[in-house]
Amino acid sequence: MLSNYIILGLIFLPVVGFLLTLLCGENQEKRISQIAFYTIASHFFGALGFIVYWLVNGAMPINLKEYILYESHSYVFLIDFYWDGLSAVYCLVAAFISFLIVRYSRYYMHLEKGYKRFFSTILFFYFAYNFTVLSGNFETLFIGWEMIGISSFLLIAFYRERYLPVRNAVKVFSVYRIGDIGILLAMWGSHHLWHDNITFLKLHNTHLVASVLAEHPLTSWFIGSCLLVAAAAKSGQFPFSSWVPRAMEGPTPSSAIFYGSLSIHFGLFLLIRTMPFWEPQWVLRLMIGFVGFTTAIVGYFTAKAQPTIKTQIAYASVAQIGLMFVELSLGFTTLAVVHFVGNAFLRTYQLLVSPSVVSYLIREQFYHFRPYQTRQYFPLGKSIHYGLYLLALREFYLDTLMSKIIFNPFKKIGSRLNFLTYRNVFYYFVPTYLLGWLAWFFKAYLPASVIYLMPELAGAIALLMIMKAFSEREYPLLAWLMVVQGHFWIALAVMHNDLMDWQELLWYLSGVVVAGWVGWVCLLWLRKKEPKYFNLYRYYGHNYEYQRLGGLFFFCTLGLMGFPITTTFIGEDLVFSHVSEKQFVLAFFLSSCFVIGGIALIRIYARLFLGNHAKVYHENPLQSS
Amino acid sequence: MIVYLTPPTFEQKVVLQHLHHYLPHQNPLKDFINDNVLKSFQDLPFHEALLTASTILGYKTYLYLNEYRALYANGKINPLLFQKIIIDQKGIEQWDIWEKKLLEKDYDTSLYNRLGQLHQIWTNHYHLNIEKEVHSFLFRLIGSYIDQGITLKKFPIKANGFLEAIQQLDKNSRWIPFFRSKRVKKLLHEPHISLQSLLDILVGDEAFYEQYLFDQQFAHAGWSGMVSVIENHPETLLDPRPVSLHDFILLELLLEIDALDTKFGVGNWEPLAKNITTDIVPLFNPVEKREVFEVYALWQEIYEWTFYDQVLRGLQLAPQEASIEKKTDFQAFFCIDDRECSLRRHLEKIANVATFGTAGFFNIEFYFQPEGGKFYTKSCPAPLNPHYLVKEKNIRKHHHKRDAHFSRQSRNLLGSWVISQTMGFWSAIELAWNIFKPTETPALVSSFRHMDRHSTLQYEHCENGETQSLQVGFTNEEMALRMETLLRSVGLVENFASLVYFVGHGASSVNNPHYAAYGCGACSGQTGSVNARLAAAMLNKKEVRKLLKEKGIDIPDSTQFVGALHDTTQDEILFYDEKILSDENRLRHKEHTKAFTEALTNNAKERSRRFLLIDTNKSAKKIHKQVKLRALSLFEPRSEWDHATNALCIVGRRQTNAHLFLDRRSFLNSYDYRKDKEGKYLLGILRAVAPVCGGINLQYYFACTDHYRLGAGSKLPHNVIGLVGVANGIDGDLRIGLPQQSVDIHDPIRLLVVVEHFPAVVKEVIQKDLTTYQWFENEWIHLVVIQPETKQLFRFTKGNFLPYEPITQTLPTINGLENLWTNSGENLPIYLMQ
Repeated sequence: MLSNYIILGLIFLPVVGFLLTLLCGENQEKRISQIAFYTIASHFFGALGFIVYWLVNGAMPINLKEYILYESHSYVFLIDFYWDGLSAVYCLVAAFISFLIVRYSRYYMHLEKGYKRFFSTILFFYFAYNFTVLSGNFETLFIGWEMIGISSFLLIAFYRERYLPVRNAVKVFSVYRIGDIGILLAMWGSHHLWHDNITFLKLHNTHLVASVLAEHPLTSWFIGSCLLVAAAAKSGQFPFSSWVPRAMEGPTPSSAIFYGSLSIHFGLFLLIRTMPFWEPQWVLRLMIGFVGFTTAIVGYFTAKAQPTIKTQIAYASVAQIGLMFVELSLGFTTLAVVHFVGNAFLRTYQLLVSPSVVSYLIREQFYHFRPYQTRQYFPLGKSIHYGLYLLALREFYLDTLMSKIIFNPFKKIGSRLNFLTYRNVFYYFVPTYLLGWLAWFFKAYLPASVIYLMPELAGAIALLMIMKAFSEREYPLLAWLMVVQGHFWIALAVMHNDLMDWQELLWYLSGVVVAGWVGWVCLLWLRKKEPKYFNLYRYYGHNYEYQRLGGLFFFCTLGLMGFPITTTFIGEDLVFSHVSEKQFVLAFFLSSCFVIGGIALIRIYARLFLGNHAKVYHENPLQSS
Repeated sequence: MIVYLTPPTFEQKVVLQHLHHYLPHQNPLKDFINDNVLKSFQDLPFHEALLTASTILGYKTYLYLNEYRALYANGKINPLLFQKIIIDQKGIEQWDIWEKKLLEKDYDTSLYNRLGQLHQIWTNHYHLNIEKEVHSFLFRLIGSYIDQGITLKKFPIKANGFLEAIQQLDKNSRWIPFFRSKRVKKLLHEPHISLQSLLDILVGDEAFYEQYLFDQQFAHAGWSGMVSVIENHPETLLDPRPVSLHDFILLELLLEIDALDTKFGVGNWEPLAKNITTDIVPLFNPVEKREVFEVYALWQEIYEWTFYDQVLRGLQLAPQEASIEKKTDFQAFFCIDDRECSLRRHLEKIANVATFGTAGFFNIEFYFQPEGGKFYTKSCPAPLNPHYLVKEKNIRKHHHKRDAHFSRQSRNLLGSWVISQTMGFWSAIELAWNIFKPTETPALVSSFRHMDRHSTLQYEHCENGETQSLQVGFTNEEMALRMETLLRSVGLVENFASLVYFVGHGASSVNNPHYAAYGCGACSGQTGSVNARLAAAMLNKKEVRKLLKEKGIDIPDSTQFVGALHDTTQDEILFYDEKILSDENRLRHKEHTKAFTEALTNNAKERSRRFLLIDTNKSAKKIHKQVKLRALSLFEPRSEWDHATNALCIVGRRQTNAHLFLDRRSFLNSYDYRKDKEGKYLLGILRAVAPVCGGINLQYYFACTDHYRLGAGSKLPHNVIGLVGVANGIDGDLRIGLPQQSVDIHDPIRLLVVVEHFPAVVKEVIQKDLTTYQWFENEWIHLVVIQPETKQLFRFTKGNFLPYEPITQTLPTINGLENLWTNSGENLPIYLMQ
């Protein structure tokens, strides 16, 4: 029992620190850094002490009693925590590194604008991290996972008055979003697979797992693949690698903690956590090995050709994680964990000392200079050699690939809906939507084939709405409304699908309505104030003048994208639980809605409130700075 | 600034020249030198230049209007001077109007600028963010081509130029498309490819070509400037890479066409000039006056003179000179550097010493080659081109330790597989250790490692060591010549004490890509230890003394010279060649060493008041320990404040300014007008003061007013690129100027040079050198002469010396400065010291 309290303490201690920093004034450097330092220091020593105690007492995995967050006749949302060797390692590594980084940043960040924001975000991240590594089921893990995404976004866009950090933050967020959907779909799949909320502890029941796998090989494979997508996205594996160096826009210690050590190794964590599930499936093992191997090769070549130190460290690290994936697929779990710890420490340190590289290497050059020679990779001939070099320099086109394959199609379809404007959208929306509900009320009178297709139809419309929101440039309000409507159509789709009751519908839509309405008012207000600087063609940086409004709108954005601050978060999960295991198409529509919708929303926020300020009565950075 | 009309036709050579002229002139990091970032506008008067640069290129060149007003409201600006300067410049009848304008009137303070008018047509009309499409790849290409050691896989082609390298790369890698558009691919290999032909495709109207190129290049002034510098000074890269602005622009034009072709298809887009809908203001059209800039200029002057006025009054209040100069125990030469200002004060307080300030290369210009070094470093002001080489010999230990964290293997695949599982764990310990107990690491840049203290220097001329262009060592005559000038310029030609010190300086820091900015400006950013040691060695030489005696400088046999190095970050000192001292002098030296040490400790305490995280109530010794740690701490972005707060340069005898507390804000150059009646040596001094001190001052000034475009911004997110520069993140442009962390406490005011001499002499002297004259004439530096006999002041305005009457009458007197160190980090007023 004592253990349970300690584990809960370990999870929620950072929240206390986080909330305390929020109470501090902008310039109370000393207080802010002390809160952060003591929070994480006590967390570190607490974790250390607990681990010793736990080891002495037999090191048995601990599953914390479930907390029911929501329950209806067909669905339960459980919060569940779990502690085992893996959690212990991840927890301790993070505590140690964060402990050092917080101390480091106390001096490093001195006099920097956003000192408070930095420490608050770090603590928030730290909370999210512990929440994730100690989670006991997918639902809990997903909450932490989402929070990590947001704290990442905030730290990459730390220098929010510049173009590049903001653009890259949106980019990274988009990739994370793809990962999120992997988890969402995995949850959907496992819901149907186990007919129960599966905890990670239960996954260790080999007998149970074996029987389920034998029964549903395809679904199992699907779940595993979704997990792999999530893991690859989060850990910067092929084909998602290009976000990692682009995330290095914040202050160096934040890059070190996020992309050097902690955040980047989450994919590995997810795989190890779910290992009992995919390990028996050799196809999945092959896939994981393949992804890891490809990343290692791509990362290796790319790292070699890059002329900037942080890019190089990023790709070197990603390549190592690729190797960890390979190790894992071969079954060497312990090796992978040891490898993770070493890599985390090494990269953190390398990033922190990266500014020293100038004086160090110049001195090295001064004393040990060897004239520049061109050597070929392998005796492969010029053509292959040069081509490979060019590929490596361009990061194997992974960056362009992402937008080309994944985002451009959505943008294209969305732009077909250009006849919709802010003024006429209601004329289209209200009647069709009412029609959809009429169909639901009178479904007894409709032919079976129509009823059968209704969910997919509504889902497709929802997706169309979202795509329009994604491609909209002229009217931010329209884009916003489109996302709200998307949610309504999703609700309709699931209602048609049966089983969802009014109460559940309320859970889902209440968040949407509240966040949607407040956000809409925010936008109206901004449009009234700044009619000249109000579209989505470029970044406007209104945060410079409307900081509070920006903060409020950011909250609405989070609410509307199903972040765990409104009921919609649970609603999202609920919605999926009502999609039957055969409805792959609908599941695809819905998950695409959530991915693209989230990206569209964050983009509205970023373009209006972040980036170069449109007004030039103060010093303003160039796009390239 | 060159004023010219846009030529109707495009002349490549002329346009490239203009670009070279206007692009930033910043060297690669290892040779980082403080310089005026608006150098290209220096042929205009200061305020006009600031208006022009702002109008054309969008720089913010003054403080915010609110900031000036707040300074006034908070009493940081003297109301009397406020009145005086407005009336002087605008006339008494305009006083009311301008007072209102300065204090109340609302202005549109937007930085409208002419840059980007053409380039943004791509965004606005074609809806193509062309910079986003092109920059990232362009920076990557040039970065890996120029790279000096970061990439593990070097650019695979050695060619005679950047363009040739790209052509070969493309030709030989057919399976990976370099460009997406086939047309561009063809263009690249066309034998007659030129900027003109590409601009024909892109822009299509010759009248706009030049302006288009300015838009394009100034969208990433950092990289373009770097290319321009390397083209003009290829030797600045240890591992040379032939590159030219022409090639760089050509490639960018190709990439732009490629981006357009890809988006619209070949032939489906019109050249830019066809879609110009609004009037384009030519970049270099005469700049219209803006009233708000007049207001800025007035505020700036008032702000500056509020400070200067106190200083000038203070100089007038110098105590009566004693008729016989008192005899001193020892004499010490320091660098002119503002960081030595306070150390000299502390030393003078503790010991009976006469200190002298002079440019820290001690008038010896040469290249230095440390033992084992494959290259030379310049040990004199950057504009000089020495013909001499000095070699270090017989060192005891090599100072270059290795650190596996920077090794290639750690960024390799299998290497780092092993390393991360082994050394990774060691990293954790090392990191923890470094954070809680900073110690020396191989990454440290330490001034003491510049030269081994036990080594010998080969500085005497030696026939058989010649290199192609450099002479190894100096002949006796050459030494005597340099030493004579040195001694005469500071006025020390008699009354030599038994011991005379030459104190060079350098700095230590870790994790600091801008480390070169912390060194000795008079030694090209290097450490001044070799120069100090050489000056001492030369003057200890019998043959040299004999020659000097013939020239009228008689140095007694008992006098000995000692070279030393002051580390300005850690406040430590190291003496060289102490073993040559005579027995009596050795005893004296021991005493003096104590004085130096104590002065350094006190100096550290004085400096600590600006280091906000140090508790200044602690004892000087404890604080000194903490100050030392700053140099070793990875997490300390401000190991020291470097030149921040610099504002003055006093050229005159030390006894005329030693009574003033100048708060480390002044460059101090010793100069005795009585021994140089015609100002022969004054010219040499001012010739160095203007570009070195003026350059430092203006770089700080502009980094304060616009840290995005004229400064490097916060250094916290910086990423090192190719060892030549830093950028934000991985896709950013190279940053120029000083980082935010260097200028946090700096007040942007120009340098005031005060010379102790007769105005007529000074006027004649400065007119002898046109470049130096321009600094003063255009008021990039203020110049005031103090007449040594009457203490009357003359301010140099528009080519003439006009009398200046300070408004300040009295200055606060302070007895014992110790209380000041514990109080605040603010700039302190000028005090008279008891």
